[in-house]
Amino acid sequence: MPKKDALAALYLCMARIRAFENAAEILSQGGVSAYNKTADGSAKVRGPLHLSTGQEGVAAGVCAHLTPRDYLTSTHRGHGHTLAKGADLGRMMCELYGKATGFNGGKGGSMHIADFSVGMLGANGVVAAGLPIAVGAAHAQKLQGRSDITVCFFGDGATNRGPFLEALNWAQVHQLPVLFVCEDNRWSATTASGPMIAGPGASARSESLGIAAHLVDGNDVWAVHEKAAELVQTVRSGHGPRLLHALTYRVKGHVSVDLAAYRDPREVEAALKNDPIQNARRALLALGSSDAACDQMDQQAQAEVQSAMQSADQAPWPSVSAAYTDIQTTGAGQWF
Amino acid sequence: MVLNTMSYSQAAVLAVQREMEADERVVVMGEDVGRGGIFGQYKGLQQTFGTHRIIDTPISEAAIMGGGVGMALAGMRPVVEMRVVDFTLCGMDEIINQAAKNRYMFGGQGRVPLVARMPIGIWDASAAQHSQSLEAWFAHIPGLVVVCPGSVQDNYSLLRAAMQCGDPVVYMEHKTLWGLEGPVDESVQVPLGQAAVLRAGDRLTMVSWSRQMQVCQVACDQLAALGIQVELIDLRTLWPWDRDTVLKSAAKTGHLLVVHEAIQAAGFGAEIAATVAETLGVRVKRLGAPRIPVGYAPVLEAVARVSAEQIVAAAQNCLKPVTQ
Repeated sequence: MPKKDALAALYLCMARIRAFENAAEILSQGGVSAYNKTADGSAKVRGPLHLSTGQEGVAAGVCAHLTPRDYLTSTHRGHGHTLAKGADLGRMMCELYGKATGFNGGKGGSMHIADFSVGMLGANGVVAAGLPIAVGAAHAQKLQGRSDITVCFFGDGATNRGPFLEALNWAQVHQLPVLFVCEDNRWSATTASGPMIAGPGASARSESLGIAAHLVDGNDVWAVHEKAAELVQTVRSGHGPRLLHALTYRVKGHVSVDLAAYRDPREVEAALKNDPIQNARRALLALGSSDAACDQMDQQAQAEVQSAMQSADQAPWPSVSAAYTDIQTTGAGQWF
Repeated sequence: MVLNTMSYSQAAVLAVQREMEADERVVVMGEDVGRGGIFGQYKGLQQTFGTHRIIDTPISEAAIMGGGVGMALAGMRPVVEMRVVDFTLCGMDEIINQAAKNRYMFGGQGRVPLVARMPIGIWDASAAQHSQSLEAWFAHIPGLVVVCPGSVQDNYSLLRAAMQCGDPVVYMEHKTLWGLEGPVDESVQVPLGQAAVLRAGDRLTMVSWSRQMQVCQVACDQLAALGIQVELIDLRTLWPWDRDTVLKSAAKTGHLLVVHEAIQAAGFGAEIAATVAETLGVRVKRLGAPRIPVGYAPVLEAVARVSAEQIVAAAQNCLKPVTQ
């Protein structure tokens, strides 16, 4: 595919994530009980909503190289990863509403968004929990003799948890087909990551275990795309795990109700000037594309989100009896 | 019917072997499993099935348990080894938040058919971090099946049933039962969730599981000598537990005593006692360990054990008329 077309596809992917999350943020206003506020039961999207605004380049650039047979594990900030992996935007919005037509039948919501049909094995409410699961999935792929791989997204904060070390060690010991992707957004919940991470961070920790790590500008979607192409190919060819350390920035607070007033406004201002979507638009224009063509992609993304909201509005709630299903087959049912 | 006498650990090896022969998706992952496991419960299996199916792992409980979740989601049927239940605490997020919740949280998109083997119980002179009975913790968590086999035959049959189960199973062998010898009939199938009535009686229903069954048998002999015929039930599976068998027996005898090696406070005996009391209104009593860590010195360790004498006394106490 010519670079212009490939970049346009990445732009549309990022625009879709941005439009989805912007809408979800508005829909979630008042929907969380935190910071001395009680949740407003009428909010359409309720509960903690962790936005990936500003990080879209990493999801789009990496997932462009994956097939539905490849697996993906995600973090609590998983909307972008899920959409980039090819999940249906409409069903995802239904899940955020908690409707029966959502991917998880209303049992998971934003924090547990998943679409197993495209290999997306789930967002996760526990930091670093996706790493061992990814390693197990990759181990299965190797045992099954498949050419598929597993991609594992995690944040810089996760590198301080034990499962990060355990999973990387395991992957290297068994030479598993897994690509670890650190989305280094510089914040661990509401604390700056820098002072909390001893040493140089994810890349150095990975290299210390013999897993080659590659640093990339996460806000340059084409740079991510190119580096990920190389690493996905390496991992797919059976050369063991690799780590992609993508430097990006979390524009919003930790969770939708967090206005992130604790941050230096100059830091956010600088990040906004380095927005991955605007960077991609400039690159597209330099390749001969037009503002109108980019605007059209923005409008397409908006239209998809509008349509998703309408269908989610009309979709049914889960039946009360669904609270008792999907728990376990053995010993399932109502126990009081 | 072919009866072979073997040990509790050999019965476990045979069960894993049969399932691995029948289903190539079954793999074992854990520390030291290639050498047969620390109790010999995988002895010889790596030689038979290779390092790709009996997988030696780093000392990484979180990764073993979490890796088991990922493997199961990807279509395998992993058996994950925790050495002793006490070490499972290093992989607790992975079993409670991930394995148990996966199916529900993701709306039934994935299944986690894994068996987590975590030996329980007092291990002679092993003190506070190698002697716990934590079965009640896992019975509390929706999504998990909890199995505590107390005989050689059951360890064969229930381990096979656990490996065929589509849900995550917490499989708890007892650390001091590995050498126990008994007959095994390979054709015997024991479904998960079914208790066994080991002795028939009419005065009192006694419910227990795992190694404590042996102590209960001694106590039941002593009670029989006193003219008290006890109906002894080996629960075998703690979740789902066989309420029908327990309730039927308690309705007949009118008295229930639950005995377990685990600490009595907030133990699983409370669940059984409460259910029977709520359903039948019969006299119930619990007997478990005091709420203390297990000490090293023999005299301290003994305090944490539930003895046959205590069981006899508790049974007699349960049968006494209620005084105002």
